Amino acid sequence: MIEVVGLTKAYGQAVVVDGLDMSIADGESVALWGPNGAGKTTVIRCILGLVGYRGTIAVDGLDARSQGKAVRRRIGYVPQELSFYEEMASIDLLDYSASLRRIPAARVDEVIDLLGLGDHRHKQVRELSGGLKQRLGLAAALLPDPPILLLDEPTSNLDAMARQSAIRLFEELRHQGRTLVVTSHHIEEVGMLVDRVVAMEAGRKVTECAPFDLADRLGIRVWLHVVTGDGAAALATLAEAGYDVQPNSRGVLVEVSAQQKGRAVEVLQQAGVRIDDLEVWR
Amino acid sequence: MTSERAEWRLVAIVGHKELKAATASRWFWMWVVAFVGLAAVLVAVALPGSRIAAQAGFGRTAASLVTLVQIIVPLMGLTLGALAIAGPRERGALRFLLSHPVNRTEAFWGIYLGHAAALAIAAGAGFGVAGVVTALRGVPAGVGTFLWIAMLSWVLAVAMLGVGMLVSVLSGRSAAALGVAVFVWLLLVFIGDLGLMGTAAATRMPVAVLFGVALANPVEAFRLASLTALAGSLDALGPAGTYAIDRLGDRLGVALLSVLALWVAVPAIVAWRRFAGRADL
Repeated sequence: MIEVVGLTKAYGQAVVVDGLDMSIADGESVALWGPNGAGKTTVIRCILGLVGYRGTIAVDGLDARSQGKAVRRRIGYVPQELSFYEEMASIDLLDYSASLRRIPAARVDEVIDLLGLGDHRHKQVRELSGGLKQRLGLAAALLPDPPILLLDEPTSNLDAMARQSAIRLFEELRHQGRTLVVTSHHIEEVGMLVDRVVAMEAGRKVTECAPFDLADRLGIRVWLHVVTGDGAAALATLAEAGYDVQPNSRGVLVEVSAQQKGRAVEVLQQAGVRIDDLEVWR
Repeated sequence: MTSERAEWRLVAIVGHKELKAATASRWFWMWVVAFVGLAAVLVAVALPGSRIAAQAGFGRTAASLVTLVQIIVPLMGLTLGALAIAGPRERGALRFLLSHPVNRTEAFWGIYLGHAAALAIAAGAGFGVAGVVTALRGVPAGVGTFLWIAMLSWVLAVAMLGVGMLVSVLSGRSAAALGVAVFVWLLLVFIGDLGLMGTAAATRMPVAVLFGVALANPVEAFRLASLTALAGSLDALGPAGTYAIDRLGDRLGVALLSVLALWVAVPAIVAWRRFAGRADL
């Protein structure tokens, strides 16, 4: 269990985390969601004891400040980017991480197989794609089979294919009963990965809710581009249903809640308007 | 940040990894090639004659290397030290290391010892090549002195490593750390002597104070310790050497080694305390 009480972190005059209270139960998956600069990564760094802070953080009853090593024994951490140790071979990086944690070499082989890194074990970190670097970071984090995983923007540097693959992997980890703390600024990703979202802005918690309530709670809206041969009918139907809608050369643009895009589609289908394609514009 | 006990096992693991990383770096090989190349050339040129009396074979080789060491070795130690903390911190490698069950004391001393071992390899390579050239050309006399000066060179390098790491801990960026390290090198190797001469002339500094200040410079302490080992006395240095022997007599060797020992210990300990106590990485 992770208990954060009154967490405050300032760099000089700039307060980046301001009085955060948060409790994460065993086996729960929680996202720290917010725009860049919201303080999400700083919270992770505080839990790991990498930066000083005011307030208290307890992990399974251990104080993160005075019992940092014991806390970190329970945690696997996947950094945002594995851009360091570029000259090291993947296997050497994992061996190093394993030796720091007194983990036998057999476990390194196990984790390499688990994450499909077998063909890349002797490649230097710099030779790996973004997706493979992410897997390598996760492999290092999973070496001690930790009950808690901290994932810092785990998909931010991945292309669409690698992102899908990473999300599947994180879903598996979630279903293994681990405690997952994920930072993200992708609202759709948060919905797929976690049970609960702690939304942050300018260092403060602005709301805490189920992922699918987040867009409504925060009033997050997107433009849905409906591609249709019957633009006039689509425009009239959506306007009549109360949507803010504009004509477009290939159909209409309709403003919807980020997590209720399906409702606008449903309205059009019920009116018999044929939809050729859909795109989300932010 | 924590009061948890440091484990030497972890210091050794970090040290081993740092040694591998340091010996794989471009900086390290640049220094090794420069040191080895210059040492080989210097020895080949210097062997036919020496200005220091009563030296032959390895002793003469060591004498010719002292000047090279006092210029190149401090720069080697300072630059490796300057990059040792600031570089990994900038790349995020330090955060990755400290996300493991490793505390800052273990990380610091692991990095320090790994780099100290790398400097031993560099000094060993320079003196090794010089030794081979000498053995191939001359009489194998003065091997003990030669090894003693090689050892003093490594001590000087480790002292400068500590200073470099202190600069690295206190600097935000590796470029800034490198800049400060080069300035410290200039201060110790060049400006130190010139500045001291100028200050002495302008302020009519008493000779004893001038001698004390000069002796406190680790590069000067290395030079005097090496020349004492080579010649048995500092007469070769003229009035300055005579004054040094007059003032300290038999205690001169101990005084010089104490200066070097302090330069090894103090900057490294201050750097460790600052690193361990620093709130943020």
